[in-house]
Amino acid sequence: MMQILTKNIDSVYTNNASSNTAAFRQGLHDGIPIGLGYFAVAFSLGIICRSSGLSVFQGFLTSLLNNTSAGEFAAITLIGQNASYTEIALVTLIANARYMLMSCALSQRLSTVQSFIHRLAMAFAVTDELFGIAISRPGVLNPYYYYGGMAVAIPGWSIGTASGIIAGAALPDRIVSALSVALFGMFLAIIIPPARESRIILTVVITSFIASFAATYMQPLAQLTGGTRTIILTVVIAAAAAWLRPVQSQQKEA
Amino acid sequence: MEHNIYIYIAIMALVTYAIRVLPLTLIRKEIKNPFIRSFLYYVPYTTLAVMTFPAILQETQTPAAGALALGVGVATAWRGMSLFHVACCCCAVVFIVEFIMVP
Repeated sequence: MMQILTKNIDSVYTNNASSNTAAFRQGLHDGIPIGLGYFAVAFSLGIICRSSGLSVFQGFLTSLLNNTSAGEFAAITLIGQNASYTEIALVTLIANARYMLMSCALSQRLSTVQSFIHRLAMAFAVTDELFGIAISRPGVLNPYYYYGGMAVAIPGWSIGTASGIIAGAALPDRIVSALSVALFGMFLAIIIPPARESRIILTVVITSFIASFAATYMQPLAQLTGGTRTIILTVVIAAAAAWLRPVQSQQKEA
Repeated sequence: MEHNIYIYIAIMALVTYAIRVLPLTLIRKEIKNPFIRSFLYYVPYTTLAVMTFPAILQETQTPAAGALALGVGVATAWRGMSLFHVACCCCAVVFIVEFIMVP
């Protein structure tokens, strides 16, 4: 206990200019593979933006302001179907609800003296991958480390989206078709490794696949838009799992 | 009814930012309620799985390419490959399958 306390105090006191620069550099370094991955996946999001009728600037703006894969994908698909504003808000809420848990976890890792401004700035880009590198840092998190990661991840994501929209017009159908599955690859890379470790998550994933397949082709759910189906299935399956297999309160989120 | 794309973007951005900023600024405490904790814990797995399948079959020019990409994506992710590698493998599979099957 004492050791942890001293460690935390040390990190607070060494939060000076030079260590902030070092933390920022480290964040940049750790963020590079994330930025590259984002660029590739956002490219495929750009192709979807294009078919939903978004201009290059609109797609760029969406990615710059949102920094989410699933949320943007779900909402942009719906925009292409002229969905209502309420539906867009709901599907964004559901697809991004997981960030609430991540922000809670991240919040515990910041020093209590950390200013409000830092919290406002970091909240701009709580993503699966940036959360992942931040949470694996020992001790109290230096916000500048996070900014370093953001400095490569955000341009990767937004420029990737814009590039996808531009290139979508020029590329042959074959390439567009191949690139359009990159986003699904990213989703699988997020959900499959934990499913391998946990039987209940594996069950949840398989149940979701089956239910989603059934709902897409069977009445009356097939009449609903894709977004509404996603909302209903997510809430029902996650609630059932939470009710049947509550997560232990001491379990670490990651 | 015609919808304005900039209003769509603003709604998405506001909802997303609210989700991220509230726990970092106002809540700051751990969520204690076991049901809400568990619900939020399971949400990403359900929502991403629901969005992936069967949509992946409809995204490609032939459903077989999407199905194979799903299989390869699951297998590579299961083996612990990075996000970037998994995404690349899925794209490569679709490209190869469609190269053979789609004239």
